[in-house]
Amino acid sequence: MTAKQKQVLYRIIAAMILLVAVAIFCASIETNLYVQTALYLIPYLIIGYDILKKAARGILNRQMFDENFLMAVATVGAMLLGDFKESVAVMLFYQIGELFQSVAVGKSRKNIAALMDIRPDYANIIINGKIEKVDPEDVEVGTEIFVNPGEKIPIDGVIAEGSTTLNTSALTGESVPKDAKTGDEVISGCINMSGAIRVRTTKEFGDSTVSKILDLVENSSMKKSRSENFITKFAKYYTPAVCYSALALAILPPVARLLMGLTPDWQIWVVRALTFLVISCPCALVVSIPLSFFAGIGCASKNGILVKGSNYLETLADTKYVVFDKTGTLTKGVFEVNGIHPAAGFSGEELLHYCAYAESASSHPISLSLKKAYGDKIDLDRVNGIEETAGHGVQAIVDGHSVYAGNEKLMKKAGVAISEEHNDEGTAVYACVDGKYAGCITISDMVKDSSKAAIAELKKLGIKQTVMLTGDTKQTAERVAGEIGIDRTHSELLPVDKVNEVEVLLAEKGQREKLAFVGDGINDAPVLSRADIGIAMGALGSDAAIEAADVVLMDDNPCKIALAMKISANTLKIVRQNIIFALAVKLVCLILGATGDASMWTAIFADVGVMVIAVLNAMRAMRIKR
Amino acid sequence: MRKIYDVEVDCANCAAKMEEAVKATPGVKDAVLSFMTLKLRVEFQDGVNANSVMQEALRSCKKVEGDCTILL
Repeated sequence: MTAKQKQVLYRIIAAMILLVAVAIFCASIETNLYVQTALYLIPYLIIGYDILKKAARGILNRQMFDENFLMAVATVGAMLLGDFKESVAVMLFYQIGELFQSVAVGKSRKNIAALMDIRPDYANIIINGKIEKVDPEDVEVGTEIFVNPGEKIPIDGVIAEGSTTLNTSALTGESVPKDAKTGDEVISGCINMSGAIRVRTTKEFGDSTVSKILDLVENSSMKKSRSENFITKFAKYYTPAVCYSALALAILPPVARLLMGLTPDWQIWVVRALTFLVISCPCALVVSIPLSFFAGIGCASKNGILVKGSNYLETLADTKYVVFDKTGTLTKGVFEVNGIHPAAGFSGEELLHYCAYAESASSHPISLSLKKAYGDKIDLDRVNGIEETAGHGVQAIVDGHSVYAGNEKLMKKAGVAISEEHNDEGTAVYACVDGKYAGCITISDMVKDSSKAAIAELKKLGIKQTVMLTGDTKQTAERVAGEIGIDRTHSELLPVDKVNEVEVLLAEKGQREKLAFVGDGINDAPVLSRADIGIAMGALGSDAAIEAADVVLMDDNPCKIALAMKISANTLKIVRQNIIFALAVKLVCLILGATGDASMWTAIFADVGVMVIAVLNAMRAMRIKR
Repeated sequence: MRKIYDVEVDCANCAAKMEEAVKATPGVKDAVLSFMTLKLRVEFQDGVNANSVMQEALRSCKKVEGDCTILL
């Protein structure tokens, strides 16, 4: 409990004791009304002075219709009517409720923050020959830091000495140990498991992975969901509406009774109006809904899923179409050369040599696999004039020869005819050297083990259609799609075509249905932002993907998409439960209050009780069955 | 220019009021207050002095909600 909360607690205890004492005193000794009023005012003011002050301030600033105002009017009204005990009790219970709320929300906030706490506390560096712990913020780029077994890597860097096993579970939610040795890049937030290592930092703390993720998660609650905006707007109209209704309830029935020649019963109707006011406090909704979303986002990040805002968590639940990029998303994205087919006049080595050199500047998975198959070191002086055409391939001058390496379209552009005398699976890279067809190299990609299960999971969650977009050949695309159970494929697409395909799908689907695009963040930033919700996967260490996407999966397991949707659906279910529950209880109590069937005590339950239940319910969004 | 401040405030409704008050402060382009993280993100208009704008914002917050602080 904070100092402020403790102070409220002491006031509650003091007021409670005084209330009982005064009540006993007044019951046993004959006193007049003035003495009674004065005596009851003591506990009343102890417990309620801040509420009265806030209400007065609200009136002065013309922002009067808030809960402080409601409570002040209700209790002062009760005082004037001579219901001293009730008046103090209402204020007392209101404060108990507020205190409970404040403690519960504070606790929830702490719990959720703990879920997401990957912030490293210190870095070990050598100062004057001694290892000292310093704030990671103060470590400069290029400093050597020591990470002992069991410690968190505080800053991104490269291992300068030592080898170890790293646990990435704080970042990815999966505890798959990863080996790292001298020269390997390491990412902040991982836990060093086995050996002591020395890391040369390559980034400042503020630019390190762990800071980026923390920023993202902290900012996520700034993007408000539709439900949150709805509640804010709702509260704006609701409170004044309730105040005017209460006023009408206090005045209209007695006046009507007078006109009909009956006794007006002013007191009864004013008490009902006050009860009505207490019931109406909108706190349960105003607190529990953002809390549910926050808990949902916390739960997701614990599982290695970063959701950039409550609004995206909401959209995820309405997703009916999931569009996948193939390479790196459904397939491993690790290509291997599985066939070399030189044309007449070229040897296999020559073909590979030209292709590897031409592709030497690219970091595309296909280029990497060519370089890997080539094996020898690439001498960059032997190649120049490299020109890459997205979706086609590259052209370059290698050892003075003009080389084209890429797909069929590129060969058409280069004006050479290709021959296909092989049945190899996979993507073909064709090459022509000095205008002569040199042959083709086939490269294949492996489907991820979890892709099939991921698609099945999505179907089970009610996804209407799964679509795969790829730049690959129709043959490869259909093989992969058949293997994992994708509904529709669009193949041989350029990056621009992918945006167009998504546009078509967006136009086809129903308005309330949402479309998600899943990619690996390489080359698909435009599609990620065009889709209703962009999901980037395998984002560990890839800044581009973290920037472009709305939801970031820290590892590359496509099953996480279904998990994210489950978390989203669970969170929204809880939000809906809270809205319906709170509004229903309020409505019933309001009616009972207006008809005089609800006492002040019912009113207190409707206010504080509902709020507490809603907050507890909201906390359930922190957990999900896997 | 965009800055993030820590905030101390007790209830969600008060947080919403503070957000309105900060938004209405001259020199502030947009403001979002997250009651969950108790953080206030302010986007300033070009060329204003963030500090003096925030002093003013805090004053108008105090007006609508006495029980709050922005840690400047």
